[in-house]
Amino acid sequence: MNQINHYDVLIAGAGVTGGLLARELTRYRLSVCVLEKENDVAMGASKANSGIIHGGFDPEPGTLKAKLNAKGVPMLYETLRELHVPHKNNGSLVLAFGKEEEKTLALLLERGQKNGVPDLRLLSGDEARALEPNLSSEVTGALLAPSAGIVSPYELAIAAIGNAMDNGATLLRNFAVTAIEKTDRFTVTAADGRQVTGRYFVNCAGGFADRIAEMAGDGFFTILPRAGEYLLLDKAEGAAVSHTIFQVPTKNGKGVLVTPTADGNLLLGPTAVPVDDPADTATTAPGLETVATLARKSVPSVNTRNVITSFAGVRASEKGGDFILRASEKIPGLVHAAAIDSPGLSSCVAIARYVVNILKEQGLILTENPDFNPIREDVHAFRHMNDRERDGYIKANPAYGRIICRCETVSEGEIVDALHRNPPALDVDGVKRRTRSGMGRCQGGFCAPYVMRLIARETGLPMQKITKKGGASRMLTEEE
Amino acid sequence: MMKQMTCIICPRGCSLTVNTDDMTVTGNTCPKGKQYATLECTHPVRTVTSTIKLANRDGMVSVKTKDPVAKADIFDVMRQIRAASAEAPIKIGDVLLADVAGTDIIATKNVE
Amino acid sequence: MPEFDIVVVGGGPAGMAAAVAAYDRGVTNIAVLDREEALGGILKQCIHNGFGLHKLGRELTGPEYAAVYEEQVINRGITVFYETMVTAVSKEKIVTAQNASGVLKFKAKAVVLAMGCRERSRGALNISGTRPAGVYSAGTAQKLMNCEGFAVGKRAVILGSGDIGLIMARRLSLEGAKVEAVCEIMPYSGGLTRNIVQCLEDYGIPLYLSTTVAEIHGRERVEGVTIAKVDENRRVIEETKQYIPCDTLLLSVGLIPENELTRGAGIPIDSVTNGAVVDEHRQTAVPGIFACGNVLQVHDLVDYVSDEAEIAGIGAADFVLQQSQTAANLPTKAGFGVRYVLPQRVSQDTSKDLDLFLRVTQPFGKVRFTVRSGDTVLATAVRLKAAPGEMEKLTIKNAALSQATDALTVELEELA
Repeated sequence: MNQINHYDVLIAGAGVTGGLLARELTRYRLSVCVLEKENDVAMGASKANSGIIHGGFDPEPGTLKAKLNAKGVPMLYETLRELHVPHKNNGSLVLAFGKEEEKTLALLLERGQKNGVPDLRLLSGDEARALEPNLSSEVTGALLAPSAGIVSPYELAIAAIGNAMDNGATLLRNFAVTAIEKTDRFTVTAADGRQVTGRYFVNCAGGFADRIAEMAGDGFFTILPRAGEYLLLDKAEGAAVSHTIFQVPTKNGKGVLVTPTADGNLLLGPTAVPVDDPADTATTAPGLETVATLARKSVPSVNTRNVITSFAGVRASEKGGDFILRASEKIPGLVHAAAIDSPGLSSCVAIARYVVNILKEQGLILTENPDFNPIREDVHAFRHMNDRERDGYIKANPAYGRIICRCETVSEGEIVDALHRNPPALDVDGVKRRTRSGMGRCQGGFCAPYVMRLIARETGLPMQKITKKGGASRMLTEEE
Repeated sequence: MMKQMTCIICPRGCSLTVNTDDMTVTGNTCPKGKQYATLECTHPVRTVTSTIKLANRDGMVSVKTKDPVAKADIFDVMRQIRAASAEAPIKIGDVLLADVAGTDIIATKNVE
Repeated sequence: MPEFDIVVVGGGPAGMAAAVAAYDRGVTNIAVLDREEALGGILKQCIHNGFGLHKLGRELTGPEYAAVYEEQVINRGITVFYETMVTAVSKEKIVTAQNASGVLKFKAKAVVLAMGCRERSRGALNISGTRPAGVYSAGTAQKLMNCEGFAVGKRAVILGSGDIGLIMARRLSLEGAKVEAVCEIMPYSGGLTRNIVQCLEDYGIPLYLSTTVAEIHGRERVEGVTIAKVDENRRVIEETKQYIPCDTLLLSVGLIPENELTRGAGIPIDSVTNGAVVDEHRQTAVPGIFACGNVLQVHDLVDYVSDEAEIAGIGAADFVLQQSQTAANLPTKAGFGVRYVLPQRVSQDTSKDLDLFLRVTQPFGKVRFTVRSGDTVLATAVRLKAAPGEMEKLTIKNAALSQATDALTVELEELA
């Protein structure tokens, strides 16, 4: 057996929650290791959700969600700036269709004010349409939350873990936890036999958090995975709305949102369907149809002929409806950060700091790390540069001159960066999430062979071993 | 016996009817169609196109059979093409494999 | 800023033929910009034969057809910028590009847009199910197999019976893979009949019409697909669902002209062709900017691409040489049975005959096409059959064209 590495804190799950927690912990003199069962970070709920920074009027006052959402929003904006993650403070509107729904708006306003959401305002239908001309003429009122925003959730997770790694944290991928033993330390074993130990263990395993809790001997909750399907539209539709547009939750359902994304596309969704398997991200024909129909209720002009892809994500919900953020009552040193569904993204920095505090209460000594650097340099995204900036980059490194992804204007230099920078991409989808190569309207038709070549060149992996997303997801088949 | 077929000589794709008793052809709009139909009934042939690995460069050189080969020989031709490799430089028309199913395998691409 | 009389964007079949035609018309200061390391565009990966019968009088493979034009470009000393990607074209005909040396800007008197097209992706089809490895557009698989020499899968289903899909069915079979089926959502194939014969029938591959892929299965690599018949509204008929195990799904579901640069230049796009609105010289609404090949309309034969590119190349040369052109003030219109007519507007230049190109809306048997202007019949033509997959060309004699007074409408009638 290989040597076993020892850490102060082990984190199970490299999503937004685990990533932000790892980053918070590297502010202190601690050794931190993130365990991820997939070939990349952000492969669970963090990969596919609405990417909304909620104002915070939705959660029931008194819950952890209420406490951490509104408070977490300014913390998140600051973190996004430090990590150079593309985001936009575009504000949100909840739409009411008729008197009955307007009553709900008033309720949400009241709740939001209790939760400390700033600047909430009720609008008439016409005022809403003045802000968003493409809204349905049937809209009779709206609740405006100026603090709301949009962010790419997987880019946030990648940046947070990258920054944590830059500050000394370790990421172990393809580390599917199969056993957790607690003696004086936690000894964690992976499916492939690798072992690590840690003094503290934080369960940020998303859809699999109940299984991890079980393995650690503290299985007191059950994750009830709920799938949400989405339609992503071409950037040609990206300007259909500028705010994130919600519908009032009614007895017929929660409604769907219509929102621009931080990258300039238009996103419609999600549905909410209970599923058995937290990894079940298959889309369904009826689900996608529901999304399109409901989205048109808010914005009738949405043109689904411009759909470039559809996807589904699974929320890691729990029957209590609130986040589970607490130290185990049975196993000293075990902390759960579980059941993080919406508004988990909006609250992520607040959650991370809340969990750090729990660890402190559990005896973790926090000595400031003077070398901690909160800044992660911007990725050199060509699509955001003018000609002069591009010319400068190309002159410094000719690889930036070669465009690999035509749809999203991604250069070879950006892809090479993504293959080396923390956390390095190891597969085609990993390159895609870091650079947007293959995320445009041709969905990788032109660039996939080039991206594969670059992965092979930079990692030394033979072409036949290159995967889409790790495991058995080989892009090619072996010659006989 | 009457046999129906679609001419594949050009993109027009004429519908041909062949009387296999006396080999008369109808439906063709040019003489090549009659020729095709007759051959297709007696000895069907196809041009095979594929690629051959380059021994001294990355990638492949595209190739074809210089003349059409019997349909029955297609997979034998492919076996020989797959086993072969070629040395650059190569010019279009260079014979890369001689005497395969009664013809040659020639390059369809220039490689410096 | 370097100046060229003509800048051609794209060095595929259209760009090469346009550059050569413009040169031969007397404008020699031409640059061709291409993003790849060699001229030829998509022909480089089309190693099958069937090219050139109409244009060159012999049957060639794609790389051979490309080599014919490449040689003409090189022999004329036309400047070629390789691995150079154009990022913007302005109304003022400033072309911005980039390559390993930096960002380049060119001033042109005329620009020919010849960027080609891209394949429709899975996302555009909204096929439900998982998102595993092994779902490829047919052209991507073609590039991996033909240019790089890799096997993409062992057991495949192909959705879409466009020509690339049919040709890839044969290619996979030749390389030892099993092609389980080609599914086509329409009640007829979009590909050429000869390709159905020599790519499917020769290899015993079934073609299922009015059939689509309803769902993709497999978490990591494709494990199978559910196919199903569709009704007249192209909706899946539940009880016809059938599971086919496979490790690969190839999509050949249509081509979309790549007009991002065109839109960026503020050039109006035809919503049917998805290409620019042009006159008979293939000049767009911006004077001096021309378009040809698959960026203008998706062609089924490269020979017609070359023809169209020559028209655009000559048009661009004449524009540079300031040859006066008659104003293109007559619109063309698609009547019964006709999906679109190109060019979308024409002039009453009666010095030569006028060719109109069109596609029909659905397969027909024997038809008569009629071109009318008001009540005047300008041309008729009879075809034994007509199919959406095959572009039609109609010629209006110059004498007839002089009688045109109003929009030119093309329609068809079915003949018994």
